Amino acid sequence: MNSTNTSAEPPVHAEITLIVNGREHRLAVDTRASLLDVLREELGLTGTKKGCDHGQCGACTILVGGRRANGCLALAVAHDGADIVTVEGLADGGELSPMQAAFVERDAFQCGYCTPGQLCSATAVLDEVARGWPSVVTPDVAAQPELDEDEIRERMSGNICRCGAYPNIVAAVREAAGHGGGR
Amino acid sequence: MRPFAYARAQSADEAVSLHDGDTHYLGGGTNLVDLMRLGVERPAKLIDVTRLPYDRIEENGGGLFIGAAVCNSDLAADRTVRDRYPVLAEAVLAGASGQIRNKATVGGNLLQRTRCSYFQDVTKPCNKRDPGSGCPAREGEHHNLAILGHSPHCVATHPSDMAVALTALDASVRVLGSAGERGVPLSDLYRLPGDDPSRDTTLELGDLITGIQTPPLGMASRYRKVRERASFAFALVSVAVALDIADGTVRDCRVALGGVAHRPWRARRAEELLRGAPATEASYLRAAQAELEAARPLRDNGFKVPLATNLIVRTLSELTASEQGDES
Amino acid sequence: MRSLERVEARAKVTGAARYAVEYPVENAANVVAVAATVARGEIESVGAEEVLALPGVLAVLSCENAPKLQSVDDAELEVFQSRRVAYRGQLVAAVVAESLETARAAAARLRIGYRAEDHHVLLEDASDDSDDSDFSVDIEQGDPETAFAGAAVSVDATYTTPAEHNNPMEPHATLAAWDGDELTVHDSNQGSTTVRDALAQIFDLDPARVHVVSPHVGGGFGSKGTPRPTVVLAAMAARAVGRPVKLAFTRQQMFPMTGYRTPTIQRVRLGADADGTLTTIVHEVTQQASTIRDFDEGATKPMRIMYRAPHRRAAHRLVRLDVPSPSWMRAPGECPGMWALESAMDELAVTTGIDPVELRVRNEPETSPEDGSPWSSRNLVACLREGAERFGWADRDPMPCARREGRTLVGTGVASATYPVNREPNEATARAEPDGRFTIRIAAADIGTGARTALTVIAAEALKAEPDRVTVEIGDSDLPRASLAGGSTGTMSWGTAVHRACEALLAELDVPVPPEGVEVTVGTEDELKAEEKYARHAFGAHFVEVSVDIDTGEIRVPRMLGVFAAGRIVNPVTARSQLLGGMIMGLGMALMEESTTDREFGGFLNHDLAQYHVPVCADVRGLEAVWLDEEDRHLNPMGAKGIGEIGIVGAAAAVANAVHHATGVRVRDLPITPSRLLPSL
Repeated sequence: MNSTNTSAEPPVHAEITLIVNGREHRLAVDTRASLLDVLREELGLTGTKKGCDHGQCGACTILVGGRRANGCLALAVAHDGADIVTVEGLADGGELSPMQAAFVERDAFQCGYCTPGQLCSATAVLDEVARGWPSVVTPDVAAQPELDEDEIRERMSGNICRCGAYPNIVAAVREAAGHGGGR
Repeated sequence: MRPFAYARAQSADEAVSLHDGDTHYLGGGTNLVDLMRLGVERPAKLIDVTRLPYDRIEENGGGLFIGAAVCNSDLAADRTVRDRYPVLAEAVLAGASGQIRNKATVGGNLLQRTRCSYFQDVTKPCNKRDPGSGCPAREGEHHNLAILGHSPHCVATHPSDMAVALTALDASVRVLGSAGERGVPLSDLYRLPGDDPSRDTTLELGDLITGIQTPPLGMASRYRKVRERASFAFALVSVAVALDIADGTVRDCRVALGGVAHRPWRARRAEELLRGAPATEASYLRAAQAELEAARPLRDNGFKVPLATNLIVRTLSELTASEQGDES
Repeated sequence: MRSLERVEARAKVTGAARYAVEYPVENAANVVAVAATVARGEIESVGAEEVLALPGVLAVLSCENAPKLQSVDDAELEVFQSRRVAYRGQLVAAVVAESLETARAAAARLRIGYRAEDHHVLLEDASDDSDDSDFSVDIEQGDPETAFAGAAVSVDATYTTPAEHNNPMEPHATLAAWDGDELTVHDSNQGSTTVRDALAQIFDLDPARVHVVSPHVGGGFGSKGTPRPTVVLAAMAARAVGRPVKLAFTRQQMFPMTGYRTPTIQRVRLGADADGTLTTIVHEVTQQASTIRDFDEGATKPMRIMYRAPHRRAAHRLVRLDVPSPSWMRAPGECPGMWALESAMDELAVTTGIDPVELRVRNEPETSPEDGSPWSSRNLVACLREGAERFGWADRDPMPCARREGRTLVGTGVASATYPVNREPNEATARAEPDGRFTIRIAAADIGTGARTALTVIAAEALKAEPDRVTVEIGDSDLPRASLAGGSTGTMSWGTAVHRACEALLAELDVPVPPEGVEVTVGTEDELKAEEKYARHAFGAHFVEVSVDIDTGEIRVPRMLGVFAAGRIVNPVTARSQLLGGMIMGLGMALMEESTTDREFGGFLNHDLAQYHVPVCADVRGLEAVWLDEEDRHLNPMGAKGIGEIGIVGAAAAVANAVHHATGVRVRDLPITPSRLLPSL
């Protein structure tokens, strides 16, 4: 279909630095590589999952500069210098974060494949609410949101759980929010 | 994905000068990377424009200038936007997911492409992706495609929620091209498919959106979206409305629809009928029906006609009730 | 009741739990699959040369160069053995390359030439006079036609379900490595023994030299129950390039390549006396199959045992089309079958004016209507009564459209659930160490069900030991052979073997454990053969409240209660999660899940998670799953029935029945989307 198809184009590589869970990594990446693939394939951080590779499931959710993002849609080359936290970086040494502990306490997962993304997302949700960000279910978008169950459900809707752990996830996020934060 | 060169522009001028045709500007990449992985977009070069100094929202002349690199989350969280343009905050928050809104930029959101399944599958014909190859959606799967303004060549819909609100707000985009900077009203930015559906907008190759200018609104406003699940789905139909009522009469109003056409659909006929009409459900219904008279639904999307009609009436009525509630 | 925290919880919340392609391996190459782009035809050329010339490409595999494989029952596993294309999206080639990016780009460039043939892909188009039109009778008793014709009250309606996809979160994936003639695969599946046996057969290997490792599996819901082409392709590719390889299907490739629930067209006829006593049940199901693999969904199964009626007939037919091969999806048979039957029961309740709970109670059979067997236990009525009590059913105004709140209509609905109790033979090893610890070994699979945890509970009870002294090793074909995680059989089947092994071990522990430990292995084949004849089924009831927006047709489900009678619940915390999960999948089936067949080009049009909608967190509100304490001595040492599937069974009918109660609109075609409902409001 496309004339550019006929000639073999060599991959383009670029040098970048990523700070992942507090550790600095200097890497030569294919410009096509996503943060997700770099984390999993280059850095061996397989906690971050690939469920759809198109930003439609949230299994690859990580924190980039403190904000949640889909690792699959983020080109690594565009994140030179980025500060990234993955599920492997949520616990403080051997101690689970309040969000991780709440997920265990509430059995907020079954197969566990979406769980790392749920945890990163939930951790960020508490931060977003603390900053006063509204959601589409906030009754008055101009007002300070309160993290009730409807708010949690809406804000966690970018993370699909096919096992259907949602009721337990909502309970876990509530519990972690009550303990004053995800991290 | 085709290998590509990557460059980070230090200035908007540099970005435009680096553009050599087979190039895409990279914002958050939430749709572009998705389309590149599908093989729909195959640029040889990406110019990263996320670190250009267009990451602020500034008040000017009673309106707002929103930098193109502002991410969707920051736009929706902005105090002024929430206070004065709730329709815009609500529209942005109705789109995608929290993690996508954190990466997606305002400029990229405007230029995201249709989610028509034929467009997204490079093994099938699509006039938008491969001009002249045909439009299988017309006779195929189109339950969530256009009812208004479509052509024999394309029945795609524009997927953005934010653009629907901005259309209602009479916003314009600021565009930097090879001939310098210019403003383009959103109503002129988006095209109907006609016989050239490959072009979503009137932008020229290499044009860079640097920001959005919204005039003052001074009306209550609201966005309402209907989708096939409670969250994280594209619209079946959405509506952005703004309403100014005095003494039970509509003094001014704005109505725009999403999910119904190749571009955000400004319901100008409805607006004309509404201005000066009594602020009643009956007027709203007449106006909505008049707007939807132009609808030409396809075999499987006729439900969008009553859905859009009802949604206009309902949202205007709710806004009326809340405004009158505020007054009393 | 005491409940054990999910054993692998910590590994799952820290990212330490490894799934198939996540094992560190040196020098692994990457495989990307290529799918057919015609719906029927023959491969004329593959065009491998151009792609092989690309830097970093190691191999192109296809029908032109694939090694000959041994035949197995499942034609889906005959990877690259033919030039025939049976459906769009079929696995037809693969590229192996150094990097994932190179493999993906190369796969996209592969230009396969096809000779396309006319195709037929739509079940509703299938003409009645085709060769496939014959119904095969599943059960026939009395004279259903005459009885139906003479019934005082009747329902005759056709219900349909679309194709639905399992969509586990972890795509089907395999990491394969050869060491001489020794094959090791880390694979995402629902049974490592089954995959091991299939690989041994396909590659003509001694099963002892095939190792399938699958300790964590990111969901399956049936789609990983049969070995999938991924595992065959990965093994083939690893051998071809002489290196380990990783292969994961893309989400898009999963739709045609990993099975789905067949669409169904179901005609149900109920005949009853004026007081609602059923005289006749006729259930006829049309379903599709691919041209290469037959698969009977079994949608008439529940009809055979649910209600008393002297005249009954169940029949099904399979229409072979140029479509991807249907396979298991959570509660195959019971799930679509109960959608139709329980919708029809609601229609009968409306027609007769009898309360839908009461109607079901009235038709409760003393013994199994299928063959007169006694029930091992049957507590459907108790579930209905308990649910009605908890849900506040007594206050319900039976009139449709009776409750309007602003611009929404509110209604409630009920439906029954059932799932059979089946056990498969298994082996398990129990081992005692001198330090008081125990290890249980069985090649069971935990695909998110909580199997590892439930087996720990079962072993601890049998050993009369604290659970923290018991380690359960599963998910590896080198362990004692085990049946699949499927058909809600796991806890019962593996559990029986584990329980018996622990009993046998305990019998040997009357002396101190020697330094080398004590180990016993037992099998359950004889025990299962000696089982007495009972009708063994779990039952349940769903109660649902919906609110329907009259302007938009949007449906929200503020309350959904499931009450189940499934024997003894082995581990409440994980059981509750699983029941809720089933109900949520049922909610998805009711309101949004639908794979659309592409009439023009074949295959599925929507093939990603943006266009195939599954429930998100915001869709799920007010969900509750409870169970009755059910004692049943005719099951297994645990007294347990399966719970993996019953949660989805009947859920969609309960939602649709509630929609009817709210709006007066009877939707007989799933899912109930705004596009289907709004035009009728």
